Amino acid sequence: MAFNSLAPAENQVDPAAAEYTGEENVETTTSGITPPPLASETIGHIGAFEIRNTLLMAWLAMLVLFTVAIVLWRTRYREVPGRFQSLMEMLVEGLFDFFDSVVQDKTLTRQFFPLVATILIFLVAANWMGILPGVGSITIEGMHDGYLVPLPLFRSMNADVNMTLAIALISVIATQAFGIAALGVLPYAGKFFVPPWKDPIGSFVGILELIAEMAKVISFTFRLFGNIFAGEVLLVVISFLLPYLAPIPFLGLEIFVGFIQGLVFALLTLVFLKMATMAHDQGHEQHDSVIPHLAS
Amino acid sequence: MDPSALDNNLFVALTMGFGAFMPALAIGWICSAAMNAIGRNPDAAGRIQTPMVLAVAFTEAIAIYSLVVALIIKFV
Repeated sequence: MAFNSLAPAENQVDPAAAEYTGEENVETTTSGITPPPLASETIGHIGAFEIRNTLLMAWLAMLVLFTVAIVLWRTRYREVPGRFQSLMEMLVEGLFDFFDSVVQDKTLTRQFFPLVATILIFLVAANWMGILPGVGSITIEGMHDGYLVPLPLFRSMNADVNMTLAIALISVIATQAFGIAALGVLPYAGKFFVPPWKDPIGSFVGILELIAEMAKVISFTFRLFGNIFAGEVLLVVISFLLPYLAPIPFLGLEIFVGFIQGLVFALLTLVFLKMATMAHDQGHEQHDSVIPHLAS
Repeated sequence: MDPSALDNNLFVALTMGFGAFMPALAIGWICSAAMNAIGRNPDAAGRIQTPMVLAVAFTEAIAIYSLVVALIIKFV
Protein backbone atom coordinates (compact mmCIF):
# COMPACT_ATOMS: atom_id res chain seq x y z
CA MET A 1 0.00 0.00 0.00
CA ALA A 2 0.97 3.57 -0.45
CA PHE A 3 1.41 4.45 3.20
CA ASN A 4 3.60 1.54 4.18
CA SER A 5 6.22 2.18 1.60
CA LEU A 6 6.47 5.98 1.86
CA ALA A 7 10.03 5.40 2.97
CA PRO A 8 11.83 2.50 1.37
CA ALA A 9 13.70 0.73 4.13
CA GLU A 10 16.80 0.26 2.03
CA ASN A 11 17.18 3.99 1.74
CA GLN A 12 19.12 4.63 4.88
CA VAL A 13 20.99 1.39 5.30
CA ASP A 14 23.96 2.38 3.22
CA PRO A 15 26.87 3.79 5.25
CA ALA A 16 27.04 7.14 3.46
CA ALA A 17 23.45 7.89 4.40
CA ALA A 18 24.18 6.83 7.96
CA GLU A 19 26.89 9.45 8.14
CA TYR A 20 24.45 12.06 6.89
CA THR A 21 21.66 11.22 9.33
CA GLY A 22 24.05 11.43 12.26
CA GLU A 23 24.84 8.66 14.70
CA GLU A 24 21.38 7.14 14.62
CA ASN A 25 20.71 4.53 11.96
CA VAL A 26 18.21 1.86 11.00
CA GLU A 27 20.37 -0.87 12.46
CA THR A 28 20.63 0.82 15.84
CA THR A 29 16.91 1.57 16.10
CA THR A 30 14.96 -1.39 17.31
CA SER A 31 11.55 0.06 16.39
CA GLY A 32 11.76 -0.42 12.62
CA ILE A 33 10.17 2.89 11.68
CA THR A 34 12.08 4.50 8.85
CA PRO A 35 10.99 8.10 8.43
CA PRO A 36 11.57 9.61 4.99
CA PRO A 37 15.00 11.22 4.64
CA LEU A 38 15.28 14.98 5.03
CA ALA A 39 16.71 15.57 1.56
CA SER A 40 14.99 14.59 -1.66
CA GLU A 41 16.61 11.89 -3.76
CA THR A 42 18.19 12.24 -7.16
CA ILE A 43 16.44 9.94 -9.61
CA GLY A 44 18.11 11.00 -12.84
CA HIS A 45 20.31 13.45 -14.64
CA ILE A 46 20.01 15.80 -17.60
CA GLY A 47 23.64 16.58 -18.26
CA ALA A 48 24.98 17.74 -14.91
CA PHE A 49 21.51 18.79 -13.77
CA GLU A 50 20.04 16.53 -11.11
CA ILE A 51 16.39 15.55 -11.42
CA ARG A 52 15.04 15.15 -7.90
CA ASN A 53 11.82 13.36 -7.12
CA THR A 54 10.32 16.53 -5.62
CA LEU A 55 11.19 18.38 -8.84
CA LEU A 56 9.34 15.73 -10.84
CA MET A 57 6.36 16.24 -8.55
CA ALA A 58 6.49 20.00 -9.13
CA TRP A 59 6.47 19.41 -12.89
CA LEU A 60 3.52 17.06 -12.48
CA ALA A 61 1.61 19.67 -10.50
CA MET A 62 2.41 22.26 -13.18
CA LEU A 63 1.28 19.80 -15.84
CA VAL A 64 -2.08 19.38 -14.11
CA LEU A 65 -2.56 23.14 -13.79
CA PHE A 66 -1.47 23.78 -17.38
CA THR A 67 -3.87 21.08 -18.58
CA VAL A 68 -6.75 22.78 -16.80
CA ALA A 69 -5.68 26.12 -18.25
CA ILE A 70 -5.38 24.72 -21.80
CA VAL A 71 -8.77 22.99 -21.60
CA LEU A 72 -10.27 26.26 -20.43
CA TRP A 73 -8.52 28.16 -23.22
CA ARG A 74 -9.63 25.66 -25.88
CA THR A 75 -13.29 25.91 -24.92
CA ARG A 76 -13.07 29.72 -25.12
CA TYR A 77 -14.96 32.21 -23.01
CA ARG A 78 -18.71 31.80 -23.32
CA GLU A 79 -21.42 34.26 -22.35
CA VAL A 80 -23.44 31.39 -20.96
CA PRO A 81 -20.80 29.35 -19.16
CA GLY A 82 -20.73 25.59 -19.20
CA ARG A 83 -20.11 23.54 -16.07
CA PHE A 84 -16.34 23.66 -16.25
CA GLN A 85 -16.22 27.39 -16.91
CA SER A 86 -18.70 28.01 -14.09
CA LEU A 87 -16.53 26.07 -11.69
CA MET A 88 -13.43 28.01 -12.67
CA GLU A 89 -15.27 31.33 -12.54
CA MET A 90 -16.54 30.44 -9.09
CA LEU A 91 -13.00 29.60 -7.98
CA VAL A 92 -11.42 32.77 -9.36
CA GLU A 93 -14.24 35.05 -8.24
CA GLY A 94 -14.30 33.50 -4.80
CA LEU A 95 -10.55 33.97 -4.44
CA PHE A 96 -10.75 37.53 -5.71
CA ASP A 97 -13.53 38.46 -3.29
CA PHE A 98 -11.67 36.82 -0.44
CA PHE A 99 -8.43 38.66 -1.23
CA ASP A 100 -10.36 41.86 -1.70
CA SER A 101 -11.89 41.50 1.76
CA VAL A 102 -8.33 41.49 3.11
CA VAL A 103 -6.88 44.28 0.96
CA GLN A 104 -10.08 46.36 0.78
CA ASP A 105 -8.95 48.14 -2.35
CA LYS A 106 -10.06 46.81 -5.75
CA THR A 107 -7.17 48.26 -7.77
CA LEU A 108 -4.56 46.93 -5.35
CA THR A 109 -6.22 43.52 -5.27
CA ARG A 110 -6.15 43.48 -9.06
CA GLN A 111 -2.38 44.07 -8.93
CA PHE A 112 -1.67 41.45 -6.28
CA PHE A 113 -4.12 38.83 -7.49
CA PRO A 114 -2.00 37.02 -10.14
CA LEU A 115 0.93 36.41 -7.80
CA VAL A 116 -1.04 35.52 -4.70
CA ALA A 117 -3.61 33.32 -6.44
CA THR A 118 -0.84 31.50 -8.31
CA ILE A 119 0.95 30.76 -5.06
CA LEU A 120 -2.28 29.53 -3.46
CA ILE A 121 -3.43 27.32 -6.34
CA PHE A 122 0.02 25.90 -7.04
CA LEU A 123 0.76 25.09 -3.41
CA VAL A 124 -2.64 23.57 -2.67
CA ALA A 125 -2.54 21.47 -5.86
CA ALA A 126 0.97 20.23 -5.06
CA ASN A 127 0.16 19.52 -1.41
CA TRP A 128 -2.93 17.53 -2.34
CA MET A 129 -1.07 15.61 -5.03
CA GLY A 130 1.53 14.72 -2.41
CA ILE A 131 -0.90 12.44 -0.56
CA LEU A 132 -2.18 10.58 -3.61
CA PRO A 133 -1.54 6.83 -3.48
CA GLY A 134 1.52 6.04 -5.53
CA VAL A 135 3.49 9.05 -4.39
CA GLY A 136 6.38 7.56 -2.47
CA SER A 137 5.39 3.97 -3.16
CA ILE A 138 6.29 3.85 -6.86
CA THR A 139 10.03 3.36 -6.79
CA ILE A 140 12.74 3.45 -9.37
CA GLU A 141 16.24 2.01 -9.23
CA GLY A 142 18.62 4.86 -8.66
CA MET A 143 22.07 5.67 -7.42
CA HIS A 144 22.10 7.02 -3.90
CA ASP A 145 25.53 7.78 -2.49
CA GLY A 146 27.13 5.20 -4.72
CA TYR A 147 24.64 2.40 -4.05
CA LEU A 148 21.90 1.18 -6.35
CA VAL A 149 18.74 1.43 -4.22
CA PRO A 150 15.02 1.82 -4.98
CA LEU A 151 14.12 5.48 -4.71
CA PRO A 152 10.59 6.89 -4.68
CA LEU A 153 9.76 8.31 -8.09
CA PHE A 154 7.52 11.02 -6.67
CA ARG A 155 7.63 12.84 -3.39
CA SER A 156 5.43 15.62 -2.04
CA MET A 157 6.81 18.82 -3.58
CA ASN A 158 6.93 20.90 -0.42
CA ALA A 159 8.78 18.21 1.54
CA ASP A 160 11.86 19.67 -0.16
CA VAL A 161 13.22 22.75 1.54
CA ASN A 162 14.60 24.11 -1.77
CA MET A 163 11.12 24.41 -3.25
CA THR A 164 9.65 26.26 -0.28
CA LEU A 165 12.72 28.50 -0.14
CA ALA A 166 12.25 29.36 -3.80
CA ILE A 167 8.60 30.34 -3.31
CA ALA A 168 9.46 32.25 -0.12
CA LEU A 169 12.14 34.21 -2.02
CA ILE A 170 9.69 34.96 -4.84
CA SER A 171 7.16 36.17 -2.29
CA VAL A 172 9.58 38.36 -0.30
CA ILE A 173 11.34 39.83 -3.36
CA ALA A 174 7.98 40.57 -4.97
CA THR A 175 6.96 42.33 -1.76
CA GLN A 176 10.00 44.62 -2.02
CA ALA A 177 9.40 45.19 -5.74
CA PHE A 178 5.74 46.12 -5.22
CA GLY A 179 6.70 48.38 -2.31
CA ILE A 180 9.31 50.23 -4.38
CA ALA A 181 6.95 50.47 -7.35
CA ALA A 182 4.18 51.92 -5.20
CA LEU A 183 6.20 54.35 -3.07
CA GLY A 184 9.46 54.99 -4.93
CA VAL A 185 12.94 53.93 -3.86
CA LEU A 186 13.70 56.58 -1.23
CA PRO A 187 10.34 56.60 0.59
CA TYR A 188 10.40 52.81 0.68
CA ALA A 189 13.94 52.78 2.06
CA GLY A 190 12.74 55.36 4.58
CA LYS A 191 10.64 52.64 6.17
CA PHE A 192 13.80 50.87 7.26
CA PHE A 193 16.42 53.60 7.53
CA VAL A 194 15.34 56.45 9.78
CA PRO A 195 18.07 58.93 10.77
CA PRO A 196 18.70 58.42 14.51
CA TRP A 197 19.06 62.18 15.24
CA LYS A 198 15.48 62.74 14.11
CA ASP A 199 13.77 59.78 15.71
CA PRO A 200 15.98 57.44 17.77
CA ILE A 201 13.22 54.94 18.52
CA GLY A 202 12.02 54.95 14.92
CA SER A 203 15.58 54.30 13.77
CA PHE A 204 15.81 51.24 15.98
CA VAL A 205 12.37 50.02 14.90
CA GLY A 206 13.44 50.44 11.28
CA ILE A 207 16.42 48.15 11.82
CA LEU A 208 14.14 45.63 13.49
CA GLU A 209 11.82 45.77 10.49
CA LEU A 210 14.78 45.17 8.21
CA ILE A 211 15.64 42.04 10.21
CA ALA A 212 11.98 41.03 10.11
CA GLU A 213 12.17 41.11 6.30
CA MET A 214 14.98 38.54 6.46
CA ALA A 215 13.12 36.47 9.06
CA LYS A 216 10.12 36.34 6.73
CA VAL A 217 12.10 34.16 4.34
CA ILE A 218 12.96 31.73 7.13
CA SER A 219 9.48 31.49 8.56
CA PHE A 220 7.84 31.22 5.12
CA THR A 221 10.27 28.46 4.14
CA PHE A 222 10.12 26.37 7.25
CA ARG A 223 6.43 26.79 8.00
CA LEU A 224 5.48 25.13 4.74
CA PHE A 225 8.37 22.64 4.72
CA GLY A 226 7.87 21.72 8.36
CA ASN A 227 4.17 21.09 7.98
CA ILE A 228 4.40 18.96 4.86
CA PHE A 229 7.50 17.04 5.94
CA ALA A 230 5.99 16.45 9.39
CA GLY A 231 2.85 15.22 7.62
CA GLU A 232 4.89 12.65 5.68
CA VAL A 233 6.63 11.45 8.83
CA LEU A 234 3.31 11.35 10.68
CA LEU A 235 1.71 9.16 8.02
CA VAL A 236 4.67 6.77 8.06
CA VAL A 237 4.65 6.51 11.85
CA ILE A 238 0.88 6.08 12.12
CA SER A 239 0.75 3.47 9.37
CA PHE A 240 3.54 1.62 11.18
CA LEU A 241 1.59 1.65 14.46
CA LEU A 242 -1.75 0.50 12.99
CA PRO A 243 -1.72 -0.06 9.23
CA TYR A 244 -4.60 0.57 6.80
CA LEU A 245 -7.23 1.90 9.23
CA ALA A 246 -5.46 4.39 11.48
CA PRO A 247 -3.97 6.55 8.68
CA ILE A 248 -7.39 7.40 7.21
CA PRO A 249 -8.29 10.26 9.60
CA PHE A 250 -4.72 11.51 9.29
CA LEU A 251 -5.07 11.60 5.51
CA GLY A 252 -8.06 13.88 6.10
CA LEU A 253 -5.87 15.97 8.37
CA GLU A 254 -3.21 16.16 5.65
CA ILE A 255 -5.80 17.37 3.12
CA PHE A 256 -6.80 20.06 5.59
CA VAL A 257 -3.21 21.00 6.44
CA GLY A 258 -2.27 21.11 2.76
CA PHE A 259 -5.03 23.60 2.08
CA ILE A 260 -4.46 25.70 5.20
CA GLN A 261 -0.71 25.98 4.59
CA GLY A 262 -1.27 27.09 0.99
CA LEU A 263 -3.84 29.59 2.23
CA VAL A 264 -1.55 30.90 4.98
CA PHE A 265 1.33 31.31 2.53
CA ALA A 266 -0.84 33.26 0.09
CA LEU A 267 -2.55 35.29 2.80
CA LEU A 268 0.71 36.30 4.46
CA THR A 269 2.14 37.29 1.08
CA LEU A 270 -0.97 39.38 0.48
CA VAL A 271 -0.75 41.10 3.87
CA PHE A 272 2.97 41.81 3.45
CA LEU A 273 2.27 43.19 -0.04
CA LYS A 274 -0.37 45.46 1.40
CA MET A 275 1.86 46.64 4.24
CA ALA A 276 4.73 47.27 1.81
CA THR A 277 2.61 49.42 -0.50
CA MET A 278 1.28 51.54 2.35
CA ALA A 279 3.17 54.75 3.08
CA HIS A 280 4.89 54.89 6.45
CA ASP A 281 2.66 57.33 8.31
CA GLN A 282 -0.41 56.07 6.53
CA GLY A 283 0.19 52.70 8.11
CA HIS A 284 -0.38 53.87 11.65
CA GLU A 285 -3.93 55.00 11.02
CA GLN A 286 -4.96 51.71 9.51
CA HIS A 287 -3.69 49.44 12.25
CA ASP A 288 -7.13 48.98 13.68
CA SER A 289 -8.57 47.94 10.31
CA VAL A 290 -8.85 44.34 9.15
CA ILE A 291 -5.17 43.51 9.36
CA PRO A 292 -3.49 43.51 12.72
CA HIS A 293 0.04 44.86 12.51
CA LEU A 294 1.99 41.83 13.54
CA ALA A 295 5.74 41.75 13.56
CA SER A 296 6.99 38.29 12.74
CA MET B 1 21.19 1.56 20.99
CA ASP B 2 24.37 3.48 21.62
CA PRO B 3 24.23 6.31 24.19
CA SER B 4 25.07 9.15 21.79
CA ALA B 5 22.00 8.36 19.66
CA LEU B 6 19.88 8.37 22.81
CA ASP B 7 21.24 11.77 23.77
CA ASN B 8 20.50 13.13 20.33
CA ASN B 9 16.92 11.87 20.38
CA LEU B 10 16.45 13.18 23.90
CA PHE B 11 17.52 16.67 22.83
CA VAL B 12 15.24 16.52 19.81
CA ALA B 13 12.32 15.53 22.00
CA LEU B 14 13.11 18.23 24.55
CA THR B 15 13.45 20.88 21.84
CA MET B 16 10.09 20.03 20.35
CA GLY B 17 8.45 19.64 23.74
CA PHE B 18 9.53 22.98 25.11
CA GLY B 19 9.32 24.68 21.73
CA ALA B 20 5.74 23.59 21.14
CA PHE B 21 4.58 24.32 24.70
CA MET B 22 4.11 28.08 24.59
CA PRO B 23 2.93 28.34 20.95
CA ALA B 24 0.28 25.70 21.70
CA LEU B 25 -0.91 27.78 24.63
CA ALA B 26 -0.84 30.94 22.54
CA ILE B 27 -2.77 29.39 19.63
CA GLY B 28 -5.38 28.15 22.10
CA TRP B 29 -5.59 31.66 23.50
CA ILE B 30 -5.96 33.30 20.10
CA CYS B 31 -8.66 30.87 19.03
CA SER B 32 -10.55 31.21 22.30
CA ALA B 33 -10.51 34.99 21.94
CA ALA B 34 -11.75 34.64 18.37
CA MET B 35 -14.51 32.25 19.49
CA ASN B 36 -15.55 34.75 22.15
CA ALA B 37 -15.66 37.51 19.58
CA ILE B 38 -17.66 35.40 17.13
CA GLY B 39 -20.01 34.40 19.93
CA ARG B 40 -20.64 38.01 20.79
CA ASN B 41 -21.04 39.10 17.21
CA PRO B 42 -21.71 36.17 14.86
CA ASP B 43 -22.04 38.48 11.83
CA ALA B 44 -18.39 39.46 12.15
CA ALA B 45 -17.17 35.86 11.81
CA GLY B 46 -15.80 36.44 8.31
CA ARG B 47 -13.89 39.52 9.39
CA ILE B 48 -12.49 37.82 12.48
CA GLN B 49 -11.34 34.60 10.85
CA THR B 50 -8.74 36.13 8.53
CA PRO B 51 -6.77 37.98 11.22
CA MET B 52 -7.16 34.93 13.44
CA VAL B 53 -5.56 32.65 10.85
CA LEU B 54 -2.78 35.21 10.38
CA ALA B 55 -2.12 35.48 14.10
CA VAL B 56 -2.11 31.70 14.41
CA ALA B 57 0.38 31.53 11.54
CA PHE B 58 2.70 34.00 13.24
CA THR B 59 2.44 32.13 16.52
CA GLU B 60 3.07 28.87 14.77
CA ALA B 61 6.27 30.33 13.35
CA ILE B 62 7.79 30.13 16.86
CA ALA B 63 7.06 26.41 16.98
CA ILE B 64 8.46 26.11 13.47
CA TYR B 65 11.75 27.64 14.64
CA SER B 66 12.05 24.94 17.27
CA LEU B 67 11.19 22.36 14.61
CA VAL B 68 14.09 23.72 12.54
CA VAL B 69 16.41 23.42 15.52
CA ALA B 70 15.15 19.90 16.20
CA LEU B 71 15.72 18.91 12.56
CA ILE B 72 19.23 20.35 12.70
CA ILE B 73 20.03 18.42 15.89
CA LYS B 74 18.55 15.25 14.46
CA PHE B 75 19.95 15.27 10.95
CA VAL B 76 22.96 17.59 10.76
